[in-house]
Amino acid sequence: MDVLYGLVTPFRDIAGSPAFFVEVLIGGVAAGLMYSLVALGFVLIFKASGVFNFAQGVMVLFAALTLVGLMERGVPVVLALGLTVLVMILLAFAIERVVLRPLVNQEHIILFMATIGLTFFLEGFGEMLWGSNVKRLDVGIPDESFMVAGVLVNRLELTAALTAAILVAVLAVFFHGTRIGRALRAVADDHEAALSIGIPLKTIWVIVWSVAGGVAIVAGIMWGAKSGVQFSLSLIALKSLPVLILGGFTSVPGAIAGGLIIGVGEKIGEVYWGPLVGGAIENWFAYGLALVFLLFRPQGLFGEKIIERV
Amino acid sequence: MSAQLEIRDVSKAFGGVQAVARLSLEVPPGEILSVIGPNGAGKTTLLNMINGFYHPDRGRIALEGADITRHRPSQIAELGVARTFQNIALFKGMTVLDNLMLGRHVHMKSGVLASFAYWGLAQKEEVAHRRRVEDIIDFLKIQDLRRRPTGSLPYGLQKRVELGRALALDPKILLLDEPMGGMNQEEKEDMARFILDVNEEWGTTTILIEHDMGVVMDISDRVTVLDMGQKISSGSPDEVRSDPRVIKAYLGESRRA
Repeated sequence: MDVLYGLVTPFRDIAGSPAFFVEVLIGGVAAGLMYSLVALGFVLIFKASGVFNFAQGVMVLFAALTLVGLMERGVPVVLALGLTVLVMILLAFAIERVVLRPLVNQEHIILFMATIGLTFFLEGFGEMLWGSNVKRLDVGIPDESFMVAGVLVNRLELTAALTAAILVAVLAVFFHGTRIGRALRAVADDHEAALSIGIPLKTIWVIVWSVAGGVAIVAGIMWGAKSGVQFSLSLIALKSLPVLILGGFTSVPGAIAGGLIIGVGEKIGEVYWGPLVGGAIENWFAYGLALVFLLFRPQGLFGEKIIERV
Repeated sequence: MSAQLEIRDVSKAFGGVQAVARLSLEVPPGEILSVIGPNGAGKTTLLNMINGFYHPDRGRIALEGADITRHRPSQIAELGVARTFQNIALFKGMTVLDNLMLGRHVHMKSGVLASFAYWGLAQKEEVAHRRRVEDIIDFLKIQDLRRRPTGSLPYGLQKRVELGRALALDPKILLLDEPMGGMNQEEKEDMARFILDVNEEWGTTTILIEHDMGVVMDISDRVTVLDMGQKISSGSPDEVRSDPRVIKAYLGESRRA
């Protein structure tokens, strides 16, 4: 009876204080968009090359480390940002040359293993270059809140949300409205056919890894500004796995929706139902939801249904 | 007339299997050449070497006098060599229109940044290419299928769309790997007509691999027969048909006691 009571009362709380509920909701959306940004990097590479890039999370960390490292050495923000973009593009070239090209036509699992190797390499390399202490990233957006219609809004979270939205719109246009985007989708669909009509695989891979690197920069800045640049940043990547399972591995809108559902779900769960189970709902909610999806809808919300003809 | 495509003394082995052995072949512009032979004769390997999927172990391949032996597939496509595949390699998740537009890829010039910065220009280019693609759609009589995902089409139509995508390159040389494989008689006749029409209208040099001897004899200017990676006969359909070496390769040797 007590448990039942505990399950139901949060609804009364929500109805009792809608402004607070909206604040929780906004917090959830902001966190969710961060997950989406990381998941987006995964989806881009998976779509274009069928490679599940385990290193996406560490790419976020690496991008943020590079940016902070440069700024600490007195490089102005804009220049540092430009240099970071350059570094991520160089990284894309290096990955294509050293990892992807020698492994072309190999099993997916082998490429996946290679990206795990890449994860460890980037972690070590980043630490060697920039040190392993926690760094503060100040991009000039104050982490402060203001009131809108009785609801507390955080300026940093708002900026992050807007940036994510713009990024998604640009990527959608890129994928569906441009020649290169169409070529990317073609490569994802059939390597041999793409080659036979004159699409150079190497160029496409460099482009897609560069774009994923760019997405990693944005995600790195947002996470870094919020919670400092530290090595636990790469663990966010783990949270983006359930996001992918929810949204579907090949869907850009899916990555966004998945991130939002998980971000909002875990915040609401934590704030309202947390006390009932002693908290920490935030830590397992995403994985629980992913498990349910794996059981009942393995292709995710927007993923392509996997039909194997036998 | 000098050869448009020249294959000189080309060999290719996979492990211990000699797929193609010291093969030479000259194809003049505008010819329809059929390559026939038993399974494993090296026909598909030959096509894969021409379009750059494989590089020969030795020998030389030249297109209009220029060496393309070590070129990448995408470079060879840019030079005007298009192909279809034995097992159909369409972009199955994309529409017929997208597939054909992708066939125009090598002719489109706007790069990544340009396609954002000069949106209008890129759009204008898109329209021009769309016009060419519509010509091909009319030519192949697939007007109703523009918006259909290719994966959902019946087999015969998929083969036709794949031909369309190859044609969208405006190729100088068309490589067709069993264009009529798995088709019924009516579909085969349609495909044969398309191949002849392409050749007549645009003068496209065509090299095809086909098993249906009726079709091969009907549409080819010349037939080359491969067996165990070697050329055993080459000539007009009539010449090849009556060549004892060909009969031997196909039917086996009749031994007298």
